[in-house]
Amino acid sequence: MREIRWQIGFILIIAFFIINFFVFDFDLKFKLMNIGLFSALFVLIRTVIGPSPADRIVAVDILGILVVGICALMAITFDQSFFIDIAMAWALQSFIATLALAKFLEGRHLDD
Amino acid sequence: MKLKTKSRIVVFILSFITYFTITQIGRFDWQELIVGVIISLITSVIAGDILIVIQRKFKISRIFYTILYIFRLFVEIFKANIHVAYLVIHPKLPIKPGIVKIKTGLKSDSGLTMLANSITLTPGTMTVDINKEKGELYIHWIDVKTSDVDKATELIGGRFEKIIKEIFE
Amino acid sequence: MISEIIGYILISIGLLFNFFGVLGLVRLPDVYNRLQAATKCVTFGTAGILAGVFVMKGYGVMGLKPIICIIFILLTAPVSAHVISRAAHRAKIKLTDETIIDKYEEDKELRK
Repeated sequence: MREIRWQIGFILIIAFFIINFFVFDFDLKFKLMNIGLFSALFVLIRTVIGPSPADRIVAVDILGILVVGICALMAITFDQSFFIDIAMAWALQSFIATLALAKFLEGRHLDD
Repeated sequence: MKLKTKSRIVVFILSFITYFTITQIGRFDWQELIVGVIISLITSVIAGDILIVIQRKFKISRIFYTILYIFRLFVEIFKANIHVAYLVIHPKLPIKPGIVKIKTGLKSDSGLTMLANSITLTPGTMTVDINKEKGELYIHWIDVKTSDVDKATELIGGRFEKIIKEIFE
Repeated sequence: MISEIIGYILISIGLLFNFFGVLGLVRLPDVYNRLQAATKCVTFGTAGILAGVFVMKGYGVMGLKPIICIIFILLTAPVSAHVISRAAHRAKIKLTDETIIDKYEEDKELRK
């Protein structure tokens, strides 16, 4: 069962990479950004189906770090420097959000 | 000079450098510079006395060990990423997880924090909890090779503990 | 020109490792293993993307902010992984069935 699932996933991922790089005629920067957005899709799958609350907290934490990378890519794609500022602010606030969510999971209050 | 005053001065310089790097590069403005000085002063007065808590003498060998630590940390991070990529691509998912216990001889807060962070970034291991009174760390290991305390200490903590002891103690 | 090529190589390596980390988040069996794979790979990958932006842009408006971002991510990502795993173990979330040993559960009476 696990091997059949592995094969299906492998075929899907290879198909995504072929379609991304060889079918459409975009700029290279947009193709690179597509890979980052595809990774974010996987994180959203884990956020939706995660069996326990801890899985969802992990997924939100990882999404926070991933968005920092996507913002940096957008900064060089559109050549605007304020995307880097957005990335820095996002890194700061996502760390604090993770701390608050972990405290909530442990069953304590925020002023504990 | 008292320790708290020294710590406040260090916090003021660090926060002012951070403010300057974020806002002032490319466009220089006196008003924003003055606002930065005022905000750094407020920060260092309110929360400046918790950064430095131990008095130490300056040694030239500490700089050498810091460079060695950064280099070794980078090599270990790269190895850890190759290891995770191998595990994830493999069809049968060859993992053997478990939580083991290791001992450490470090005492200071900053040394323990850096040891825990280094263990989290090295191949296959992640710190779950620290018992500071007994000097024990609980490590989640994705591929358990031994459950003995001394052997696990040798395998996991031996790479970093000597260097961190030279830097932080 | 040569700096642009080096920047694109660094960004590609970073995106590849981001993708592997997110794949580990989907494939591995329980919270702690997912946290390990995702934290290591996504931290290194995002640091690679930011280093690529720094190499492409040089010491300019967009050049030095990625360095602050890299330092911040490398300092905070292990801390948030540690916090989430500790909270998950204290909230009694089960480890997977393949687990061999759990010393933390055995020493539970010794903790306060």
